[in-house]
Amino acid sequence: MEIISHLADGLWLSVQPVNLLMIIIGVTVGLFIGAMPGLGSVNGVAILLPITFLVPPASAIIFLAAIYYGAMYGGAISSITLGIPGASTAVATTFDGRPLALQGRARLALVIAAIASFAGGTVSVVLFTGFAPLLASVALSFGPPEIFALMLLAFATFVGLGSDDIPKTIFSICVGLVLAAVGYDEISGAPRLVFFGIPGFLHGVNFLVLAIGVYGIGEMIWTIDSTRGKISSTEADMTIKGTVEDARECVQRGWKGMTIGSLLGFFVGILPAAGATPGALMAYGVAKMLSRNPKAFGHGHPNGVSAPESANNSASTGSMLPMLTLGIPGSPTTAILLGGMVIWGLTPGPRLFIDQPAFVWGLIGSFYVSNFFALVVNLAFIPLFIWMLRMPFTILAPMIFVLSVVGGYAATTDMHDVWLMLGFGLGAFILRKLDYPLAPAVLAIVLGPLAEQSLRQSLLMSQGEMSIFFTRPLSLIFLICGAALFCTPFVIAWRRRERSAVATEIAE
Amino acid sequence: MRRAELITAIVLALFSIYVMWKSSELNVGYISGEGPGGGAWPFWLAAVMLISTGFIAFNWARRTSPPSQSGEPLLDSYGRKMLLMVGGGILGFVALVNVISMYGAMLVFLIYYLRFLGRHTWRLTLAVSILTPVIFFIFFEALMRITLPKGMKFLEPLFNWLNTLIY
Repeated sequence: MEIISHLADGLWLSVQPVNLLMIIIGVTVGLFIGAMPGLGSVNGVAILLPITFLVPPASAIIFLAAIYYGAMYGGAISSITLGIPGASTAVATTFDGRPLALQGRARLALVIAAIASFAGGTVSVVLFTGFAPLLASVALSFGPPEIFALMLLAFATFVGLGSDDIPKTIFSICVGLVLAAVGYDEISGAPRLVFFGIPGFLHGVNFLVLAIGVYGIGEMIWTIDSTRGKISSTEADMTIKGTVEDARECVQRGWKGMTIGSLLGFFVGILPAAGATPGALMAYGVAKMLSRNPKAFGHGHPNGVSAPESANNSASTGSMLPMLTLGIPGSPTTAILLGGMVIWGLTPGPRLFIDQPAFVWGLIGSFYVSNFFALVVNLAFIPLFIWMLRMPFTILAPMIFVLSVVGGYAATTDMHDVWLMLGFGLGAFILRKLDYPLAPAVLAIVLGPLAEQSLRQSLLMSQGEMSIFFTRPLSLIFLICGAALFCTPFVIAWRRRERSAVATEIAE
Repeated sequence: MRRAELITAIVLALFSIYVMWKSSELNVGYISGEGPGGGAWPFWLAAVMLISTGFIAFNWARRTSPPSQSGEPLLDSYGRKMLLMVGGGILGFVALVNVISMYGAMLVFLIYYLRFLGRHTWRLTLAVSILTPVIFFIFFEALMRITLPKGMKFLEPLFNWLNTLIY
């Protein structure tokens, strides 16, 4: 029962005044960020990370985790009232949330989203508390080969579950890894990849420069280009009596989706690099598949809202599990959190549970508290968020640009990095328009140094023999899982072609 | 978009070749008994990048990826104008930082964006444009003790005076 006493300590830590304040501000900011189309948890965390250096690391990560949570709740608000997903994690919520709003039941959809998010968050945090110490103790035995195999698994997840163009995904991963290799070669100490001899590259490319460039500048320009400022919103009449009635209806008609979403989301979240977006989409798919009335999905079925909404919250908690226990982020947002932890001088990975128990359990405790506050703030302020969504984008966008430029500078205090960030931002806009996924690049730049180090250390251990990755059982298991994930889209495409070939044969 | 898809693939392929060439300044070979040399990791990653761009070009020729089927331009007239005004604005903002300090550049950028792109009233424009640098100054210089660029020499007296207020 060691876990319970740790958890009690953690809960106590997370309700300390500074941390509680961070949680409340964090979930509110997160709700807003999630609700604004074009901004998601990853944008918020990337842009705001540089300003959290003001508070101690534990409070800073609690703040950022609260933003992550809040954004999962907030994404639903614009999916339902505007029909535009507030974040990629809320894409699946528009499928049934928007039809409900158009039928005049926006309040029901919003209440379902809030309650399902809470259910998903709670189920996953309980699972998290049980699994985390166990996984951390297993991970203590990991050597460099296991870590490298795990990285390959993370990258294979992007190819397997990312549902993006495969060559473009692979390109994106490799670009991130190459950018991480800029600076010095760690083993020989020789300068490496100093592009065009510019000395600014000697200190490497900070992951925040890429993350802020992609999410602060590139995505904002993309949003301005794709929405063209034309947004129409649906009203929701939020009375207390109505909310309570809708909450009852939500539990009666949406419990199935919530159960599926909470459990599935957590396990998809744990997969390295998968995160909340595939979690929500898969939960929607499974809920539809298992439903007695799958045809009602897409026309405003409560389970179509509750499944993805519980899954995205559940997955966001789940994705913290590999980040804390293995040092491998479970999603793009946790990749940025991981980079932040390194800046704060904390080494993510299994040792964290032994060396920094107060930090780890304080963070876990804050998940419980954040989840509660996100529900309360969300339900209480829905009308306010809908009002804020009408704020012209021409005020929000320049503020984001200013924050990005300042954040890019504050990360390294070098103007070279601000120019680089701007370059990444404009490049990201063009690549985004051409369907290149960019999250893999951000994840790869965070993992890059560890990936190279673990590869080269493994090969030093084995005196240059590649077989080291296949002879150690855990490493072999990770590689097999990675290979299976990598092949999934090819197998699906092949089977589809096969089936359509059979269909044409029958038709003939 | 069809043309942009191919041009981008070619540019990215050239970049990959440049990275491979740049990596080869270090040992890209396999040192027996020790593993890969210092340049091998980025060299082979860039090789994978090059192969990926080859596949992207192949998919372009087969017209299987969505951008390669699309007859729309990458940027229509709205997109071109937007990119020029917004991207150019940020470019000007960053260029001004070393001249009139981060705070001054912020002020100019916000006035430009809010008034000339957003067409907001002068009252709102000035309120946001003046308050933002003030808040940033208090936050970074006074609370976090991170100094942002102060621009050229002629602004020194102003910042010296501001520093006496916060220190």
